[in-house]
Amino acid sequence: MGRWRLLRALVCALVGIYLVAPLVVVLIISFSSASFLRFPPPGYSLRWYENLVRDPAWMDAVWVSIQILVPTALLSTALGTAAALALIRGRLPGAGFVGAALMAPLVVPSIITSAGLYIAYRGLGLNGTLAGMVIGHVVVTLPCVIATVGSALRSLDPRLEAAAATLGATPAAAFRRITLPLLAPAVLSSMLFAAVLSFDELIVSLFVGSARLRTVPVQMWSNIRGDFDPTVAAIASLCFLVALIALALEALLRRRNGDRE
Amino acid sequence: MEAGPVNGRRGAGPWLLLLPAALVMLIAFALPVGMLLARAFTHPEPGLQNFILLWERPVYLHVLVNTVMIAAAATPVTLILAYPVAHAMAHGSPRTRRLLTFLVLIPFWTSLLVRSFATVILLQRRGPLNTLLVNIGVIDAPLPLIYNLTGVLLGAVQTLLPFVIFPLYSSMRRIDPTLMPAALTMGASPVRAFLRVYLPLSLPGLMTGATLVFISMLGYFVIPALLGGPRQTMVGQLIQDQVGQLGSWGVAGALSFVLLAVTAGLLGLLHRLVGLKAVAR
Amino acid sequence: MTLPAMGDPAGPILELRGIRKQYGRLAAVDDVSLELRHGEFLTFLGPSGSGKTTTLMLVAGLQQPDSGRIILAGKPVDRLPPYKRDIGMVFQHYALFPHMTVRRNVAFPLEMRGTPRAEAERLVSAALAMVGLPDHGDRLPRQLSGGQQQRVALARAMVYRPALLLMDEPLGALDKALREGLQLEIKRLHREQRMSVLYVTHDQAEALTMSDRIAVFDEGRIQQIGTPSELYERPATRFVASFVGETNFIPGTVLGRDGDACRIAVAGVPMLASDRFSAQPGTRVTLAIRPERLRLSAAGEGVPAELVDLIYLGNARRYVLRLPDGTEWSALLQAGMADAATLRHGDAVRLTWEAAHATAFPG
Repeated sequence: MGRWRLLRALVCALVGIYLVAPLVVVLIISFSSASFLRFPPPGYSLRWYENLVRDPAWMDAVWVSIQILVPTALLSTALGTAAALALIRGRLPGAGFVGAALMAPLVVPSIITSAGLYIAYRGLGLNGTLAGMVIGHVVVTLPCVIATVGSALRSLDPRLEAAAATLGATPAAAFRRITLPLLAPAVLSSMLFAAVLSFDELIVSLFVGSARLRTVPVQMWSNIRGDFDPTVAAIASLCFLVALIALALEALLRRRNGDRE
Repeated sequence: MEAGPVNGRRGAGPWLLLLPAALVMLIAFALPVGMLLARAFTHPEPGLQNFILLWERPVYLHVLVNTVMIAAAATPVTLILAYPVAHAMAHGSPRTRRLLTFLVLIPFWTSLLVRSFATVILLQRRGPLNTLLVNIGVIDAPLPLIYNLTGVLLGAVQTLLPFVIFPLYSSMRRIDPTLMPAALTMGASPVRAFLRVYLPLSLPGLMTGATLVFISMLGYFVIPALLGGPRQTMVGQLIQDQVGQLGSWGVAGALSFVLLAVTAGLLGLLHRLVGLKAVAR
Repeated sequence: MTLPAMGDPAGPILELRGIRKQYGRLAAVDDVSLELRHGEFLTFLGPSGSGKTTTLMLVAGLQQPDSGRIILAGKPVDRLPPYKRDIGMVFQHYALFPHMTVRRNVAFPLEMRGTPRAEAERLVSAALAMVGLPDHGDRLPRQLSGGQQQRVALARAMVYRPALLLMDEPLGALDKALREGLQLEIKRLHREQRMSVLYVTHDQAEALTMSDRIAVFDEGRIQQIGTPSELYERPATRFVASFVGETNFIPGTVLGRDGDACRIAVAGVPMLASDRFSAQPGTRVTLAIRPERLRLSAAGEGVPAELVDLIYLGNARRYVLRLPDGTEWSALLQAGMADAATLRHGDAVRLTWEAAHATAFPG
């Protein structure tokens, strides 16, 4: 078995490098002192980060992204949690079908969803508006919330609520004292995930947004497609950092919940 | 035992909880997608002329075939790389599992655009990878790694890996790790034991992963735009062009229709093979 | 309908009248009626799917009966939700709240009842001391062993002194040694706290050890209800005889009556047995005889058999006997029974029994 173990370890190492190396390269280049993307950089500086902060286009994009991701995360989490509760605990006829239908945006290519939204919004004047953006982002993040909260609900032992009832807890008390606290980490982590997904969302924003309503990914997209300098590497590194922080927060939530595997 | 679940909410309550999400999905997802698809049959005038156009114009057909070919090429590469990683996560030491999970989660949480951009940087003509290969003497001149099929595949596989590794891992974790040693004690060589025992048991996870990779790849847009050349144009880009620049709703609708039909067909096939439960995971 | 006065210690604490519960076309509980007396330890015994757990769930209010009445402490409760019934319940997999410490878990039912804080603190400490875990209050459930978790569950179900304590296979998830230790402990708590207990198990040894009375369930019905010795010595049905203890089932044909007893041909030899139905001559019956009630002798009267195996069990010996018709019987003899000790493998023996120890069932 030794040879196979070795082969497995080799592939794992290769995949690990393959997954992380590009991000590390971008991180290093973002600190370059040169205005071209040479690797390794000839020297190090913070000039591209300064560039980023000074350029109103980038700062506007960050502000637009935040204005979209906050309502998106809140709405998605509220709607998704409610839907997951109904689907898993509601004993609804046809819950399986409805649940699968709500997951559809995960398998329908984002480009189709976005083009459809663009067409639908034209008559309503929602293209280029914040509301239109938020609705589009809710559509693409909602399935993830339903899936995350739903799987947490499914792994929640229904006997705990039964036990609470035999101990004298009304359904409302059992929900508040037992179900909700046990579900909270999953709800928070789905909110985090929705926020990150919204922050990263490109295609919906590309279609529904406008020249004045540009999110960070849209701004990056138009920069990458033109002549780009390490400023893009700097914003990419910041996005990467945001992802790492989100990942750490999520791990923390999981641990707080006591690793109920 | 025979005791069932208890005091489930009944009556109108669950429907009211479900309503907001269902309405949003109906109005802001099903309806718009339906409108786009309807354009295929109504724009600029009612009829099937948009589909005839797809069939007759070599550009469209070429892009459609191209899309399927690229997805078909990326799928096995992704699976072959994902399989050993998922296996090590499922049956390796806790330390290995934690490390690999972390390595796979990083790209999972990082945006596709950032990762694609990072791959552009890495694969450039004078980028780090070419520099490294030249410096250690593997090659004499920089290789063309980007703006061609290689670039698209390298970028696509990288972004798809996490989406296969996790489902594969969760299906492998359910495989009893003593089955392989058991097969070995019965005289099977490691290769035969793997082919006859382990591989069949991991097949549902593998098929689910393959379908998901193929389907996501069909709709790819960012990767071919950033890492491919004109010859690697995929349907997603074509749809964007039709809507964004040309305003040809009908063609965009017809292309979407074909893309969705292929996706739905593949999901249906997977459902018949491994059951919908596995797809929903 | 006359109901006993509320809390009347002479009346039953729990009464089930004609309880029925249907799942689709399957009757999970089929016309179950019984009374549980104050301070009694009553066990539902039966194989899985026999309706015992469903009946417990109906008593708890976690499921609703299709028909019948449930009367708890003199009050009909079959329309009340679980949280309005005065019950405590211990689940097979403990069902401790994972996000609460042991103390918070045990305090939960008191909190739901609005018990003043100081009083609750005192009761929780007393309950934890009662189950032998006075110093584990600040731990989380997952930091305890299975046995400890079940003790906490016990403390949580008893701390508010409910009228009735329900236990659903509480020891089913524990290993054998731990199970036997906890059996004695639950028995002790029952005795000391004078609780009325309804206990569900599929383990007949556990039921015999712990119960004042046992109700044997099969196919949604109570087959027999009685004390452990009644069930063991005088099983009402063939199912009870097979499920409680070990039994030889022996085919025979009724020859006639002989006073109270019934004369039956077993392997061609006329023998005596007791019956609960007046069997007509010629009827085919099955005799149920406990292995320890069979007597062996080298010669004389009785059913002839060959000794095919002899198993040494320490305090007893098991003899496996084959009759001329090929059926195998098992006999159990305590160590020190002189005459049988000399028997050897392959010996011809004669089997006899007392009429009172063999019960004939139809069929």
